Amino acid sequence: MANLTHPAKPAKSFDFYSTDPTSHVDGHHDTGTMLGFWIYLMSDSLIFGILFAIYAVLGTNYAAGPAPADLFEIKKILLATFFLLFSSITYGFAVINMQQGKERQMTTWLLVTGAFGIAFLVMELLEFQHLWHLGAGPGASAFLSSFWFLVGTHGLHVLSGTIWLAVLLVQVQKHGLNEDNKRRILCLSLFWHFLDLIWIGVFSFVYLTGVLL
Amino acid sequence: MTTQDHDEHEAHGSYRSYFIGFGLSVVLTLIPFWIVLSEVEINLWLALTIIFGLGAVQIMVHVSYFLHVTVKAEEGWQVMSMVFTGILLLIVLVGSIWVMTHLNNNMMPAHDQIDRVRELQ
Repeated sequence: MANLTHPAKPAKSFDFYSTDPTSHVDGHHDTGTMLGFWIYLMSDSLIFGILFAIYAVLGTNYAAGPAPADLFEIKKILLATFFLLFSSITYGFAVINMQQGKERQMTTWLLVTGAFGIAFLVMELLEFQHLWHLGAGPGASAFLSSFWFLVGTHGLHVLSGTIWLAVLLVQVQKHGLNEDNKRRILCLSLFWHFLDLIWIGVFSFVYLTGVLL
Repeated sequence: MTTQDHDEHEAHGSYRSYFIGFGLSVVLTLIPFWIVLSEVEINLWLALTIIFGLGAVQIMVHVSYFLHVTVKAEEGWQVMSMVFTGILLLIVLVGSIWVMTHLNNNMMPAHDQIDRVRELQ
């Protein structure tokens, strides 16, 4: 209807984002990359949603093997949760410093974020190693298959984010804080906070609920 | 120029908004972990309700304070794609759990059913 009443601007209805820089609060959004990346994250959350659904269906099929209460060490999970939470706020500080053009402070905060990311990954690897030695590998039961699949996929995402962060730091060192690098840092910011958000679902649903049931 | 700087500042958060989000997240993380770790005497379903309720609240805190999703961002496309994804997730999760638990129940032979089969022989 809006098109019919405004025949002078027919192309407007096909614009998913404005190409007019003055209409935006933020010039970085003009290319549409941020919205595209956001939609990628939404499709990624569908993947995680399906993995959560699989875990919900199979999570109590222990096949006479170990149950969550025998395997999970909640205190270590709490520590890993805080590593991710700290990495979220330090990435936020990096973005604020980036907006203010403070490249050195931004780099420092990104390095801190990466360190927390690596700390989280080390915790996860130690847990997987522990489970493997107990004979609780992904082949032991349907519960463990769905657990390794869900938590492993999240861990692979964190690993990808950490590698991406390292690559970005090299790019910032080489080319400085130009528009392209700023856009990339904002995309990784969305990715990083998104992984922390998925982890809320993992610790609530898999670890805490698993131990209680 | 100053108004634009201010707007950019708002679009990607300030120290204050990150600290508020972080503080809320810490509280919303510690309560469910405390319920499990302290082994407090509490009804199982109440405990699960608290864990899932606080988890949902924490997800909303992350969406608003860390991901900065607003109704106005990207002319509404961001929040619209998020609501759409949320509906899909709801259908997939509720549908799978509902159907599969019923299927599980129906696949389990009840005792009277086993007896009836024995009588046939």
